[in-house]
Amino acid sequence: MTRRASLRLVGGAVLVVLLAAGATRAEQATLRVGSKSFTESYILAEIVAQIIEDAGEARAERRLGLGGTGLSWGALAAGAIDIYPEYTGTIAQAILKEPTLTSLDAMRAGLDARGVIVSAPLGFANTYALAVRRDLSARLGLRAISDLARHPGLRAAFDAGFLERTDGWPGLQRHYGLRFADVRTLEHALTYPALAAGRVDVIDVFSTDGQLARLDLVLLADDGHFFPDYTAVLLARRELATQYPQTWAALERRLGGRIDNATMSRLNAFTDLEHRSFAEAAATFLGRSNAQTPRRRGGEIATLTLEHLQLVAVSLAVAIVLGLPLGILAARRRRVAQAELMGVGVIQTIPALALLSFMIPLFGIGQVPALVALSLYALLPIVRTTHAGISTLDPRLTEMTTVLGLRGWRRLAWIELPLASVTIMAGIKTAAVVTVGTATLAAFIGGGGYGTLIVTGLALNDVRTILAGAIPAAVMALGIHGAFELLDRVVVPRALRSAERAAR
Amino acid sequence: MIALRHVTKRFGDHVALDDISLIVEPGRTHVLLGSSGSGKSTILRIILGLLRSDAGDVRIDTDGAAGPPTQQIGYVVQEGALYPHLTAARNVVLPARAAGWSAERQAERLATLATLMELEPDLLGHFPHQLSGGQQQRVSLMRALMLDPPILLLDEPLGALDPITRANLQAQLVRIFGELRKTVVVVTHDVREAFVLGSVITLLSHGRIVQQGTLADLAQRPADPFVSEFLGAQAPPLAMTRDLQR
Repeated sequence: MTRRASLRLVGGAVLVVLLAAGATRAEQATLRVGSKSFTESYILAEIVAQIIEDAGEARAERRLGLGGTGLSWGALAAGAIDIYPEYTGTIAQAILKEPTLTSLDAMRAGLDARGVIVSAPLGFANTYALAVRRDLSARLGLRAISDLARHPGLRAAFDAGFLERTDGWPGLQRHYGLRFADVRTLEHALTYPALAAGRVDVIDVFSTDGQLARLDLVLLADDGHFFPDYTAVLLARRELATQYPQTWAALERRLGGRIDNATMSRLNAFTDLEHRSFAEAAATFLGRSNAQTPRRRGGEIATLTLEHLQLVAVSLAVAIVLGLPLGILAARRRRVAQAELMGVGVIQTIPALALLSFMIPLFGIGQVPALVALSLYALLPIVRTTHAGISTLDPRLTEMTTVLGLRGWRRLAWIELPLASVTIMAGIKTAAVVTVGTATLAAFIGGGGYGTLIVTGLALNDVRTILAGAIPAAVMALGIHGAFELLDRVVVPRALRSAERAAR
Repeated sequence: MIALRHVTKRFGDHVALDDISLIVEPGRTHVLLGSSGSGKSTILRIILGLLRSDAGDVRIDTDGAAGPPTQQIGYVVQEGALYPHLTAARNVVLPARAAGWSAERQAERLATLATLMELEPDLLGHFPHQLSGGQQQRVSLMRALMLDPPILLLDEPLGALDPITRANLQAQLVRIFGELRKTVVVVTHDVREAFVLGSVITLLSHGRIVQQGTLADLAQRPADPFVSEFLGAQAPPLAMTRDLQR
């Protein structure tokens, strides 16, 4: 029974891996559209996707919400996406790393070497700006950024990207000689409510943010001309223009110079404030009458649940298939054990988002890199409990295996694994529950799942959307834990189950 | 026959066995007697190959019997070391499964052993924690006898049992050793048990052999004051001593 049980466990894991491999099949005549994880980028990408579909040369696949520049540019450079919206300032600073570059032609030349082409400017510039509340602006006489230098007691909250970039806070601080009492990192969408609630005084904004109109904020003039120009363009892989010339021509024709600042602000407000979908905003811009593609939340949840389950099941299966042998090996050889446990321990200390971004150069974006990262994450509890479970068995019992002539796999399958099964299952349960949570981060590299709603909700500052992703994830974690409690009945020998023993 | 010649074993600085030589004749029961820490269990573990001696040599000669050493020796320890996740029956047949016996042959042997050990057949379906201490030791002995090895090594087999169960099992062991004609080495710290079970007794102290011989030898011609002291401390009933001298 124990042998059958362990065979069933391994068999099930292999099956899941095979199913997943089948599911990630190659698509043909598909253009993958990427975006960063903020409203404007989502909307532009959605507009691009709809134009691609209209052109009829290829299907559009949306890989939206790919975190920041590092992730989305990384995805384009690696060929994991074909096109995404970008800004000239970002191209110069963060991609080409030549801050002095200002002309679009110079940028085209730089990107050409990497197989990337640049569209005509879309017509608006989304520059960084600093915003304050109107009452504070009136009270302190704040009109321009240089005015801030006289008020070192102010508190600021900046988006992580702004805080790091040389064309963001570090450069701005030096350029204007600014000092604040407190500078903290906040997710971009959360800076507005923080400012409105008076928790901070200064935030970084984008000049096309939809929230600017509603919250009655004052944009401080860049009187020292620090911020570079952030004209919006599309970045695409060269093959897109050569293989799908009509699509590229349509994109240039329908977008070049067609979106001015006011239009973009309106589109942003349309989703941020009126809670319409990105697709609706895009359709409105493209002048479609039947633009009301309502948020398909019902169908969406079913798809996302499947994606999330797939992420969890496959990565857990891989972690079990790898983790059990590694744990057994560690229990057999003490020297190997030290190196091994340290290795899986170190993986665990890498922040999940960082681990995910390391995967992009190796595996691109989407499900595969997410699965690799999640599998690595799930490894530690499994390796550790397998090692502990086997190496702490009663030595009189393990010694007896030698005397009885039980060696190799028989010793393992008949004695050691069944005896350690309670401990090992505890590790697998921990890994399962943690993976359900960590899998929500997969959305940052286009891995799908409930995280998609969380990332979108963050971009829209829409708590309902965030909860629509977070609550099902919590429910799934509970469900999976319950399922594994049932699995205990199959895997753990009857006489070792605590309930059975307590009953007598 | 089991022969140890000048066997020495150290654990770090501690000398566990110091120049041990002893011979166990085929078909006899040899008792290793001594208090805890005297090295008696270490001798069994060296015979089993679980430990390697630092010096000296160990020879096991089971003339005629072939097969790997594990099939030559049955081993029983205090409290049985039965596997808690397996029923009594599954515990007993483990060595036969490992040796690739057919299910039929396993069942047949299991039944024979249950009769020999006077274990009720329905107890065979029980898990170890559902058995009494005495029943566990019977099952453990059945497992040791499963492959019918010529040699049996028993390490304090009755050490954890209550006096009545202990006396019953002692009597049963004497009968079985007589019937089966195994070469048996029993480790015990209990003088009375040594006298009941063993024909030859080796008294050990601090890893050395103090005296070797029959009960009469030890009682009447102690090689050392320690021998009288050890026997006296546990005060075997005089009647029994006289009985065995005859």
